[in-house]
Amino acid sequence: MKYSNTQLSWLVILRIAIGWHFLYEGMVKLMNPNWSSVGFLLDSNGFLESFFYSLSSDPSLVYLIDLLNIWGLILIGLGLILGFLARPACIFGIILLSMYYLSHPPFAGLRYAVPSEGSYLIINKTLIELIALAVLFVFPSSSFVGIDRFIFKK
Amino acid sequence: MIRRDLLKGLATVPVLGAFAYAWYKKRNYERYLKDNILEEIQLKATAPEVPSSGPMDKKIRLGLIGYGIRGKQLARAAGFAHPELIDSWIKSASENGSDNRYKEFLEQEDLNVVLNGVCDIFETYGHMAREAGANIFREGSGGKMGPAPKRYHNYQDLINAEDIDAVIIATPDHWHGPMAIAAAKAGKHIYVEKPMTWSVEESYEVRKAVRENNVVFQLGHQGRQTESYFKAKEAVDKGLLGKITLIEVTTNRNDPNGAWVYPIHEDANPNTIDWQQFIGQAPDHPFSLERFFRWRCWWDYSTGLSGDLLTHEFDAINQILGLGIPHAAVSSGGIYYFKDGRTVPDVLHTVYEYPHRGLSMVYSATLANNRKRGRVIMGHDASMELSSDLIIKADPRSTRYEAKIKEGIIDPALPLFTYSPGMQNVDAVTSPTEQYFAGRGLLYTHRGGKWVNTTHLHIKDWLNCIRNGGTTSCNIEQGFEEAIAAHMGTIAYKENRKVFWDADNERIV
Repeated sequence: MKYSNTQLSWLVILRIAIGWHFLYEGMVKLMNPNWSSVGFLLDSNGFLESFFYSLSSDPSLVYLIDLLNIWGLILIGLGLILGFLARPACIFGIILLSMYYLSHPPFAGLRYAVPSEGSYLIINKTLIELIALAVLFVFPSSSFVGIDRFIFKK
Repeated sequence: MIRRDLLKGLATVPVLGAFAYAWYKKRNYERYLKDNILEEIQLKATAPEVPSSGPMDKKIRLGLIGYGIRGKQLARAAGFAHPELIDSWIKSASENGSDNRYKEFLEQEDLNVVLNGVCDIFETYGHMAREAGANIFREGSGGKMGPAPKRYHNYQDLINAEDIDAVIIATPDHWHGPMAIAAAKAGKHIYVEKPMTWSVEESYEVRKAVRENNVVFQLGHQGRQTESYFKAKEAVDKGLLGKITLIEVTTNRNDPNGAWVYPIHEDANPNTIDWQQFIGQAPDHPFSLERFFRWRCWWDYSTGLSGDLLTHEFDAINQILGLGIPHAAVSSGGIYYFKDGRTVPDVLHTVYEYPHRGLSMVYSATLANNRKRGRVIMGHDASMELSSDLIIKADPRSTRYEAKIKEGIIDPALPLFTYSPGMQNVDAVTSPTEQYFAGRGLLYTHRGGKWVNTTHLHIKDWLNCIRNGGTTSCNIEQGFEEAIAAHMGTIAYKENRKVFWDADNERIV
């Protein structure tokens, strides 16, 4: 794939921005000894509600989910920022975001305890971030700008 | 070419430096705020000191009088649940994975007690109480059972039984006093449901009997075990609120059950209920299923909102502030919603005056609206909101926090201090989202802080004092204060006047 300099610049900026967000979300959770996914899981709504509820009922499972969340977010963030295994990072990011989205889908008639900072109907920022990762996946930039350049030699 | 590769390959690495710098700045600022606030308030959000208990090797032989709604809960808290209740828990847990009631009951500490006698004047409840008492292995129907306790038809026989050391009394209010007095005279330790008494006179007699016979007495305000109240006391003792002038406590309920319109059991009839024993010292009345099951609705057997719900609020505040008996009380209210023949009000407001402490306590209740109004202690420097969590907010016009509010270190709109039981939070200043969850009790159900039934802890506290000495957390003196305060509110309502406590002569005037 060939990009113009402008196209490549904006793809890298988008990648860094999403990476930064993931990294920060992960770090915040890592540094907070009280953080747990339980509250978020219990706040689930919509057609997968019972699935997310059941995840929250087993403490050892919750522990695993917390660990996967924290380190998933941090590693995906680093991967996107550094352009290191950026395409797998996109895939894992999409998986994580789809979990967040599906547990709290902004459908008409569903209400949440987690305060929302905007107004959403079906499309929310989680879904947009997810779509942006999909865009980054199909328009990879890390083999031009990023550590992947050393790995995936053209 | 290699240089170009390196530059492009590592072009985004400096972003991490920027991230680290931004992170560091943000953490520093937050730490600066927290340190400043902590320095000011000198209060940690770690779990408060709660009374510890001694060895439990001595088995205590219990008797239970009354196996109605509360009696069943108390038996459970002591370790005895009816097998059918366990069946329903198991069924419910199989349908809903997050229903942990049976699991939690199994985990409830064994208090090393045996239920040797039960007494209920309704046949069905009497039988059920035996079945619950036999269920020492905590199993469902058809499970392995222990020996069933003896069933008594008269409370006197249970109290006088040789094989009973201590009694739990969970009867209608008008029986609390006479049974507690009889138990004290028989040398039996007493756990009695609130309110301590139905009449003013009984309050003196219960106190006298307990003092003279040297029995361990616990009044059933299980709120005494609530962790956040211990923390609240710490905060008040440290003067974080400044001069306290007003306390607002409330009750809001909005369903028939909350208004004491309890279901009537299908087996109940004059043949299965010992009506004369129910009446006791109350005015005689023809047999009435409504009066038997919904006794709280009539002054004849009940103490109304004052005894049932105000007392919990009063005792919570008494625990934290040690207010004692108020100097004066006024009340107002009426029967405004439940026009079902009841004689006790469904809307009630009572104001207590403590001139020597320079404060008023306002209690306000309705049984026909569910708005949460909370429980707030208001001081010149801060307000404290109390539930299972504790939230202190600085007052915008506080003198003590004035400088820090001006500097932007303290924001009166945000909590100055929060305490949520079970949180391992050492720096107390929590994020709004955490607050949001904590307020709904969503966070700490499964991890960290394990939720324990306060009634269980309250019984445990009582048993501990029986075994190892010491004073119970809601002892006879505090029980006396509770009873007198409740009666003052009731008299003020019934006689429509301001009533006073003559502390020198210990009389309500």
